[in-house]
Amino acid sequence: MKKILLLGNPNVGKSVIFTRLTGTYVVASNYPGTTVEFTKGYIKLKGEKVEVIDVPGIYSLEPGTSAEEVAVGMLKEGDLVINVVDATKLERSLNLTLQLLKQNVPVVIALNLWDEAGHCGIIIDVAKLEKILGVPVVPTCALTGEGMRNLVLRLKEAKANTYLKSDQERWTEIGKIIHQVQKVTHRHHTFSEKLGDASIRPVTGIFIAGLVLFISFQVIRFVGESLIKYFFEPVFNIFWTPLMLKLSLILNPGSFIHKILIGELFKGEINYTASFGLLTTGLFVPLAMVLPYIFAFYLVLSFMEDSGYLPRLSILVDNIMHTVGLHGLAVVPMFLGLGCNVPGVLATRILEEKRERFIALTLMAIAIPCMAQIALIVGLIGKYGTFGLGVVFGTLFIVWLVLGLLLNLILKGESPEIFVEIPPYRWPYLSVLLKKLGLRTADFILHGVPWVLFGVFLANILYVFKVIKFVGQIASPVITGFFGLPKETVAALMMGFLRKDIAVGMLLPLNLTMHQLIVASVVLAMYFPCLATFTMMIRELGVKDTIKSVFIMLVTVLIVGTALNLILNRSP
Amino acid sequence: MKKVLDLTQMKQKEKGTVIAVAGGPGLKKRLETLSIRKGAEIAKVSAQVMRGPIIVQVVNTQVAIGFGIAKKIMVEVEKESNVERSAVSS
Repeated sequence: MKKILLLGNPNVGKSVIFTRLTGTYVVASNYPGTTVEFTKGYIKLKGEKVEVIDVPGIYSLEPGTSAEEVAVGMLKEGDLVINVVDATKLERSLNLTLQLLKQNVPVVIALNLWDEAGHCGIIIDVAKLEKILGVPVVPTCALTGEGMRNLVLRLKEAKANTYLKSDQERWTEIGKIIHQVQKVTHRHHTFSEKLGDASIRPVTGIFIAGLVLFISFQVIRFVGESLIKYFFEPVFNIFWTPLMLKLSLILNPGSFIHKILIGELFKGEINYTASFGLLTTGLFVPLAMVLPYIFAFYLVLSFMEDSGYLPRLSILVDNIMHTVGLHGLAVVPMFLGLGCNVPGVLATRILEEKRERFIALTLMAIAIPCMAQIALIVGLIGKYGTFGLGVVFGTLFIVWLVLGLLLNLILKGESPEIFVEIPPYRWPYLSVLLKKLGLRTADFILHGVPWVLFGVFLANILYVFKVIKFVGQIASPVITGFFGLPKETVAALMMGFLRKDIAVGMLLPLNLTMHQLIVASVVLAMYFPCLATFTMMIRELGVKDTIKSVFIMLVTVLIVGTALNLILNRSP
Repeated sequence: MKKVLDLTQMKQKEKGTVIAVAGGPGLKKRLETLSIRKGAEIAKVSAQVMRGPIIVQVVNTQVAIGFGIAKKIMVEVEKESNVERSAVSS
């Protein structure tokens, strides 16, 4: 099968063009490095199926970073290259273009962000540029789909080896080309540019960051709580409960199948958080407790990603990140990790060095709880007021910081310095944002919910066969002795290997004190990543470093869990 | 009157021309990908406190550069009085 490669600088819209061409959705955002993996999709050209590959962004074909080496390797496999160029940054983009035109592969140029170039007062003579470069140049605006048809139509005109001047002359040559094809008309600073500048100056920047984070937090809370209160809870109470009670009569309470499907009844009633059947707790926890917050979180995150705020935030926190051995850009994986650690782990690829990635992954696995877990902790401890929540998340933050400081001291090497392009602020394109939000939410329903159901099923089976009681006996010295928790908590800890939200949910029927709930929540968040995250960590770090990371986790959780237990029980 | 400063010594909104990058070929190439090379016109947008990153404008792109790297980028800036005037007018 023929292969088409999408190549270009980071953050020029390759992924959006890919989605337009193939109909296969890939996550696109407004910061360099959203795509860290190759994505494949297919289109039909004259009845022939052709593979399209979305390659992570590169600035140059001269092997500098590992990502560039991989991209150069990919070039040999490609039958055609669509070189995606940012029309607002033609000069810089041409560096890669001129290198590509020397390769033995036909090239077509998509001059993307064409509309934005117009707004910026940049006028490009496309016909002249086409003549100089010797390959088709097609203005596109991938977000709206403008120019995409034309791009596909002109793929057949692609040519290779149209530019043969030596590398030494490249920048002078680029200067000449720019002089011939581009005119920049003067214009005044726009509001978004002024806002852009304000958000990266120390004083105004920190003020804006505080405001953005505060608003984000409030929006997540408001949207999440409203969805639960006005939609999911009524739906379950009005429609689902009568159905389940009927089913309960048919199945006969006390039977094995009743225990698995409905779980326990409390005074003849279903308690969605404590009954623990597949069709009661198994559905209620992921759909009515977690999903609303997942939706709310990704709504806010997608907005931050697409507007271009994340790279600005990364500059403001660069100093803090250096103290834990990372640099500012590490906020991107950390933020993604707050949604779900799996994409968070993947996003650490934007960090350059192995040491950085080890620190980032270890800190994430230990001290960044995912939204599913946060939702359950909020549901569990939130009813006692904000004090408990403050202790849980405050502890996790302190652990993140202190452990990071220690790792930075102990591990050999230094944290590399930030060097990143700051994209302009863009008003998020609604249809694209909604698509991304829909996809991430659907991902939770398709991949998260089945795991929760499996977890509930497994927990019931383990209870029935008394496995949990057995393990509880063995583990009680640590659980009771160190953490001050009843040995029944072991069931939650066992489930935590599989899935964190349901694990926290399993604490509900245990009637723990608030202090015990706090300790249990912190321990559950820290001691081990969920199975999906663990698998990703092995993939990204290798077995040896993952074992190291897990060892750090176990030691940390023993110390922190014990300390927290002692402190909380000493204070009245 | 012209003087040579590194990026960290420049003032906010000061403009100049890059005259040298005091680093190895790897760093030079990395900087070059974002148009920071000898002869490039550069303007300082802002700097973070406590040796934080420096933000510059090159062509029409803003780039954040870590303090240590910024120290290695030498810029020839025009004399002070011109700078002040252009800072006011912009």
